[in-house]
Amino acid sequence: MPSNDEQWLDAEAGPVVRPYALTRGRTRHAGEAFDLVATVTATGGRVADPGALAPEHISVLQLARVPTTVVDIASDVDLPLGVVRILLADLRELGLVAIRAPVPAKPRQIDRNTLREVLHGLRAL
Amino acid sequence: MAYGHYDAAGMAARRHRAIKILLAGGFGVGKTTLVGAVSEIKPLRTEEPLTERGAGTDSIAGVERKTTTTVAMDFGRITLREDLVLYLFGTPGQERFWFMWDELALGALGAIVLADTRRLADCFPAIDYFERRDIPFIIALNCFEGARRYAADDVRVALDLDPDLPIVMCDARSKESAKEVLITLVEHVLSVADEPVSRSGI
Repeated sequence: MPSNDEQWLDAEAGPVVRPYALTRGRTRHAGEAFDLVATVTATGGRVADPGALAPEHISVLQLARVPTTVVDIASDVDLPLGVVRILLADLRELGLVAIRAPVPAKPRQIDRNTLREVLHGLRAL
Repeated sequence: MAYGHYDAAGMAARRHRAIKILLAGGFGVGKTTLVGAVSEIKPLRTEEPLTERGAGTDSIAGVERKTTTTVAMDFGRITLREDLVLYLFGTPGQERFWFMWDELALGALGAIVLADTRRLADCFPAIDYFERRDIPFIIALNCFEGARRYAADDVRVALDLDPDLPIVMCDARSKESAKEVLITLVEHVLSVADEPVSRSGI
């Protein structure tokens, strides 16, 4: 569901907004918010109208063929995080990716077993 | 409801756990060095619309039309197991970037406040931030060459820290030392989680 409070930026906003041309000026994404380390996975769904996708959408989709976090995608496609979030939300709306919240969605909810696994993993580095 | 259609993909992703750790501290204290010492470091660009809070603290005289602010930061990735990955975020130290901290801190395992004994006051904002939000953290003193080696207890007094809050000396350039800092944080989080009275839901 597209949000109604999309913010549009005009030319006077200066060069820093150029990456947002990709998002047709949108600086907020539609739908539910997602975390920096939320996991993005391509659903394998078919694109009804390939013309609706920018090359950057395709790049993002390719990275998500294996479960990949939002920050890893942003770093790998070398686009600002805000832009990548909008591209991801577009893909989610089209049913092409699933975005799963990180396992500890709230502070203090990382279970003790996971903490111990982290500890063992660090010691073994 | 948003994820309802995608159970198949969701199942595949379920066990993929991503754990966030924050690394905070003043400018030039060695955050990027520490992240790079222990992990594969990746660049991250953010060009965020200025929040009201940002607009309030930024001096925008003469650039009133600037509606986004650029934050370049690094993050580090440590793959502990195929399904368990640690993400280290070096957070920009200034208060004007707190909108980033709020996002980074959500769901984080805990935080490391990296301090330089020559400029201890630089880490006050970070300590305040984590204390106020009840996010577990430790202090890591980056022992720069030429800096006076303080005893941990002197630093504890100077920073007015709880007696059970770990303070470790480190060399941010050394992998072993950076590892030790991370281990100290996780052990601290485990010990805090052990306290019977203060936690619910664990």
